[in-house]
Amino acid sequence: MQPEDLKYNESHEWVGMDGELAVIGITDFAIEQLTDLVYMALPEVGAAVTKGEEFGEVESVKAVSPLYSPVTGEIVEVHSELIDDMEGLGKDPFSQGWMIKVKLANGTGLDGLLDHASYKAQCAQ
Amino acid sequence: MDTDQVQTTALTSWHVDRGARMVDFAGYQMPIQYSSIVTEHAATRKAAGLFDISHMGRLRFEGNRAHELLDHILTRRVSDLQIGQVKYSLVCNADGGILDDVLISRLESPSSRQFFLLVVNASNRAKIIDWLQPHLADYPDVGCFDVTDMTSMISVQGPASEDIVNKLFNGNVGQLKYYRSLVTDQMSKPCIISRTGYTGEDGFELIVRNEDAPRVWENLMLAGRNIGIEPVGLGARDTLRLEAAMPLYGHELSESLDPYTAGLGFAVNLRDRNSVSSEALAKCKAKPSDRVRIGLRVEGRRPAREGAKIVDRDNRAVGSITSGTFSPSLQYPIAMGYINRELAIEGNSVEIDIRGSKANAEIVKMPFFKKEKK
Repeated sequence: MQPEDLKYNESHEWVGMDGELAVIGITDFAIEQLTDLVYMALPEVGAAVTKGEEFGEVESVKAVSPLYSPVTGEIVEVHSELIDDMEGLGKDPFSQGWMIKVKLANGTGLDGLLDHASYKAQCAQ
Repeated sequence: MDTDQVQTTALTSWHVDRGARMVDFAGYQMPIQYSSIVTEHAATRKAAGLFDISHMGRLRFEGNRAHELLDHILTRRVSDLQIGQVKYSLVCNADGGILDDVLISRLESPSSRQFFLLVVNASNRAKIIDWLQPHLADYPDVGCFDVTDMTSMISVQGPASEDIVNKLFNGNVGQLKYYRSLVTDQMSKPCIISRTGYTGEDGFELIVRNEDAPRVWENLMLAGRNIGIEPVGLGARDTLRLEAAMPLYGHELSESLDPYTAGLGFAVNLRDRNSVSSEALAKCKAKPSDRVRIGLRVEGRRPAREGAKIVDRDNRAVGSITSGTFSPSLQYPIAMGYINRELAIEGNSVEIDIRGSKANAEIVKMPFFKKEKK
């Protein structure tokens, strides 16, 4: 996915639509800030996620950081191989680094999220 | 000392210029990391790391009875300390609780004046100075000077640290033995250097005047440039000390713990002693507490961190984690903590509750990572 086409949480998660499904990951900026990633916990397929609430965590040598969902819906796919390839996450966060795919709840979308320009502006602060 | 305002060290601007991420630590603006914890950690294990540790408290004691005062307040005997010798010791209160862990050295200035240097934790400096006051009043001829703010402290650690120090000092410095110290100079800048550290590596700690600190720091960086020296922040300082299983005050050590519980009985001398804490410590030794400090190797890759509970098969808390991280050298998570004494057997398996999910861990020997020392 191209970063320019994605929407963003202030907390550095990205989301893009792949057909009907919302694909979610974290940004290169987040990975650079975290540094030294060692562990990640992702939910199971079938779990519900809610916009603004935690769906998992990434952990660096230094600290644990929660992952916040940018959407509401049900998880239909989990990129569990990523857990054993934290370096892969760092190399290509916007495509190989996807974490979960979510079927959006009826009547919900990507409203209220940052676009690429706004997100970049936030990171530059 | 002003505790409300965040202080800088003589090297803060160097850290900021170098792009370090800064953090307020014990009242000082300190670098947490320059590049990455893993990079800085690896450089220290492989070659050398350079640390600004100016936040550590430095108290200088002078006077003919200084050794008597120090004997009275420390858990180790100070009277038999030779000039140039350094000892790890504890400061304990009258109940045997640990107030701080410290290094005490006996030194002689070029003008043949003897003095003692007590290096205390940054977070405990104000507390220790307050606690010292009534004892100082009992020894009116002993002077205690807090030289923290007028001096800087720089640590160079790692297998290449001797080579680096040899380039900058005359030969007798590189020949310093482990836990020895010396008043010397670095290119005519006065300097106290000791062969000590907090990484489990060979290394040296230098105390210099603030006005000389940036020059000495640059000289060390230059001397180590082709050997792989890296500046190292507090992040890797923590992973390095954890691999070496060195306790950190506020984590493994507190006033509610005695030295035997903390596994620091080696830092207590009881024979023929009449110190503030010796009576209480004799009781602690005779009747050990029900907990003890252990090291853990955690299965998988998820670190167990401070506050995580160690639980038994029935999910009852039998201990807790005081520090934990993913060990960059060992490539698995390690942790220290306290556990019920009867369970503290090397090789025993325990479970740790990490934010609701269980991880298996094995009680292992400390240190987790060991290097040969000179």
